[in-house]
Amino acid sequence: MSRKWILWVPLGLFVIFLGFVAFGLYAPANRNIQSGLIGQRVPDFDLPPGMPGRPGLSSPSLRQGRPHVVNIFASWCLPCRVEAPQLEALSRRGIPIDGIAVRDRPEDLAQFLATYGDPFRTIGADTDRRVQIELGSAGVPETFVIDGSGVIRHQHIGAITEGDMANIVAAYEAAR
Amino acid sequence: MRALLLGLALAGATPALADSLLPPAEYANRQLPDPRQEAEAKALMETIRCLVCQGQAIADSDAEMAGDMRSLIRTRIAAGESPESIRAWLISRYGEWVTYDPPLEPVTWPLWAAPVLLVLFGLFLARGRFKRRGKS
Repeated sequence: MSRKWILWVPLGLFVIFLGFVAFGLYAPANRNIQSGLIGQRVPDFDLPPGMPGRPGLSSPSLRQGRPHVVNIFASWCLPCRVEAPQLEALSRRGIPIDGIAVRDRPEDLAQFLATYGDPFRTIGADTDRRVQIELGSAGVPETFVIDGSGVIRHQHIGAITEGDMANIVAAYEAAR
Repeated sequence: MRALLLGLALAGATPALADSLLPPAEYANRQLPDPRQEAEAKALMETIRCLVCQGQAIADSDAEMAGDMRSLIRTRIAAGESPESIRAWLISRYGEWVTYDPPLEPVTWPLWAAPVLLVLFGLFLARGRFKRRGKS
């Protein structure tokens, strides 16, 4: 009978299903949530200083013709300690880093910077996480590269490792 | 000895979820005074995905970030913004992934059409069976 092939359809579907399962097992989905604002102007915000004696961070200062590296971090965030030496290295190369401290207290920030180094030009205090959400960032640490006209060009999710340095420097150079 | 062991165990323990030392946001766990607005906010929070504990809605999540998002949604609803405009704002930040109520678009139409197609396919199969039984 010509209808016999239909008997094989369930098995075929099951094999396709197994294929999906195997694919999911061997190549787990990327759970990073990219910001939808890449390629768009940085939204308006104005953050007060994270600690006394330091400038805060507002969006107009990110649109003044020079590229910026904006690092979203927190003193209570463990991976932020891991990326601290890399931020120091960027700062030593002459790349200014603007910080957004998420849900932090001045005394904790001061201790964090004293222990792990202080590469920041400015530190804005995002106490209620409003600006982090505004930027489409889903966690700490995250790093944005913003070009001179204030357009977000690159987002790095998670701690910056040694291996990520070339990428960040390239994004910064491209944003010039 | 016991104290030493306990001390070692405590030193080795790390918190499962890194949260800040600040108290939860104002409206993270507090309802809006206006019940109608609270109902609107609640309905929206049940369809917004938590970014930290993926797979939970922010209404059900204990993550600090989910609390901050609940507070943001309640504040904006209280200020008179519509739930759909807040949803669109969040989608523009985090992509369509963030909503559990995906809009009908070319990319998502298989999602909406699949149940209908499966029911039609089932009817087609059932029809074949009934026919055969009728003949024999």
